[in-house]
Amino acid sequence: MAISITQPRPDTAAWFDTRREGGSIRVSLHGNWVLAEARRLDLALRTVSTEGCREVVIDYGALGRLDTTGAWLLLRTRRALEGQHLSVTVANVPEALRPLVETIEHECQGAPVEIRPPDNLTLFLERIGRNVVEMGRWGLDLLEFFGRVAYDAVATILRPRRLRVAALVHQIEETGLNALPILGLLSFLIGVVFAFQGADQLRRFGAEVFTVNLLAVSILREIGGLMAAIIVAGRSGSAFTAQIGTMKVNEEIDALETLGMNTVEVLVLPRVVGLVVALPLLTFYANVMGLTGGAIMSYFDLGITIPAFLRQLQGALSDWTFWVGIIKAPVFAFIIALVGCFEGLRVERNAGSVGRMTTQSVVASIFLVIIADAMFSVMFDLLDI
Amino acid sequence: MSAGAAEIVIRVEGLVTRLGGQVLHDHIDLDVRRGEVLGVVGGSGAGKSVLLRTIVGLARPQAGRIEVLGQDMTRLAGDALRLLQARWGVLFQDGALFSGQTVAQNIQVPLREHTDLPQRLMDEIAAVKLGLVGLPQDAAQKYPSELSGGMRKRAGLARALALDPEILFLDEPTAGLDPISANQFDELVRDLQQSLKLTAFMVTHDLDTLRATTDRIAVLVDRTLHVGTMAELVHDPHPWIHEYFAGVRARAVPDS
Repeated sequence: MAISITQPRPDTAAWFDTRREGGSIRVSLHGNWVLAEARRLDLALRTVSTEGCREVVIDYGALGRLDTTGAWLLLRTRRALEGQHLSVTVANVPEALRPLVETIEHECQGAPVEIRPPDNLTLFLERIGRNVVEMGRWGLDLLEFFGRVAYDAVATILRPRRLRVAALVHQIEETGLNALPILGLLSFLIGVVFAFQGADQLRRFGAEVFTVNLLAVSILREIGGLMAAIIVAGRSGSAFTAQIGTMKVNEEIDALETLGMNTVEVLVLPRVVGLVVALPLLTFYANVMGLTGGAIMSYFDLGITIPAFLRQLQGALSDWTFWVGIIKAPVFAFIIALVGCFEGLRVERNAGSVGRMTTQSVVASIFLVIIADAMFSVMFDLLDI
Repeated sequence: MSAGAAEIVIRVEGLVTRLGGQVLHDHIDLDVRRGEVLGVVGGSGAGKSVLLRTIVGLARPQAGRIEVLGQDMTRLAGDALRLLQARWGVLFQDGALFSGQTVAQNIQVPLREHTDLPQRLMDEIAAVKLGLVGLPQDAAQKYPSELSGGMRKRAGLARALALDPEILFLDEPTAGLDPISANQFDELVRDLQQSLKLTAFMVTHDLDTLRATTDRIAVLVDRTLHVGTMAELVHDPHPWIHEYFAGVRARAVPDS
């Protein structure tokens, strides 16, 4: 009695039939036992019934092609049957297939490792814990890096000839000069939007002219500096991370160290000092462009002429309004450059790392800039300026 | 390994490639027969890797015809190309494993893309491939960054073998390995080639690899190819080839 287990298909199909002879089963293999057939064969082989048998013969005689997957399925079945205390014999292996069958048999000694992902809740809790610990460690590492940069900065100040002037000037050009178009455009638009929104609200009280005061205080004290810092964090902080990170991947950082050069001195200080010089200038520029946008909008929306705008502006400013914005800029610059370089040096040697660290660098530096801004506000409030 | 019928699995005719204004290949012809291991050698920058990349369709030639398994590579697109790609495997220089995935997941990438096997069977297949390339089973759960260079190459080979390809392309498989690991890798390639009946196209610098694994060698010099067995090439009058095989002539080829 022959039982066909799987439906034979004409061309590439693989199938097998089983034939019982007393206490023994003969499993004859037909067709091409290849990867494309594995899904069906996998299921069919698990359902072979061996009830009441002592012996199984697997007959390779009519087999067409065989690949590693087919060979594995047969080996797995054989092992499973042997596990049920049946005696299994392999018959008529064609000469051409013998090397493959033997290789698979030889290389797959142990059972494959069970690959079981842990359940979702454990994974979720583990991730929270891991992130908290990592965040704490990140903060400590950043603090340590801050210390290292500060130490090397002092050492460089004491021996100014060690400062890399060419690199410094290049950084100022790259982070400062090249940021002018985008920063100018955005600040101008912010000035326009502020003037428009301010005028809209203040007109209800007949106090349109105070739009100028609103513009002056908000742009000079906060917006100009924050805009410049955020754009620089996105443009230059990310670039620092990517540049230094790529150097890390290429082992260029290691090369520097072995050449006796100080990474902080060569790579970090020019960037930090360059940005500390550039950002106050950018902030000033953003202030000017923001006020220009506001002035033009005031002219068209409220009919405030430029001389009238300037007169009102002068009256709106206290001694400190302008300096409050500018003083913050070097601190923001230091935070952005420090975080950018720090994340760059944390890059590991794999493809995803540079991208991950760059994202983290931008997010972390903007976060820290806003925290610093809040602390400045508290400080200025206490100082009454 | 000639095994009677010399079916051609890769046929390159009149191939011209230019890279940055420089001609790398000037009308070269090459036939790779089924079941053979062909080694491609040449000086640095001679365009060995470019030849491999052109054959697998990663670079476009300026002129010429490339046929792989009877299909014209330069015209193939879409599903036909995908089907053909499932019939070869490529091992890149440093393994080119996807760094965000474990070794087992790497091996399963082509399986997921081209088949619809249940996860359990894919895990088993990954384990089989690991065994084939001689990696311990616990390597399955590791990420590429946790492996040594030699292990990464083996894992890359396991991925290249995932779909039981007919042709295996190897780009400098032993570069950067110590001589012992390189020897083991040579043996591995030879064993696999014999038991899986693969055709292999191997770019290499390594004379020992050439001797241990290849049936024929194609030397890329002066923008053309000199093809032959090692015993034939040893007598090639071209100065570069002469110098390249000088060491071999001195110590290994018995009938020279």
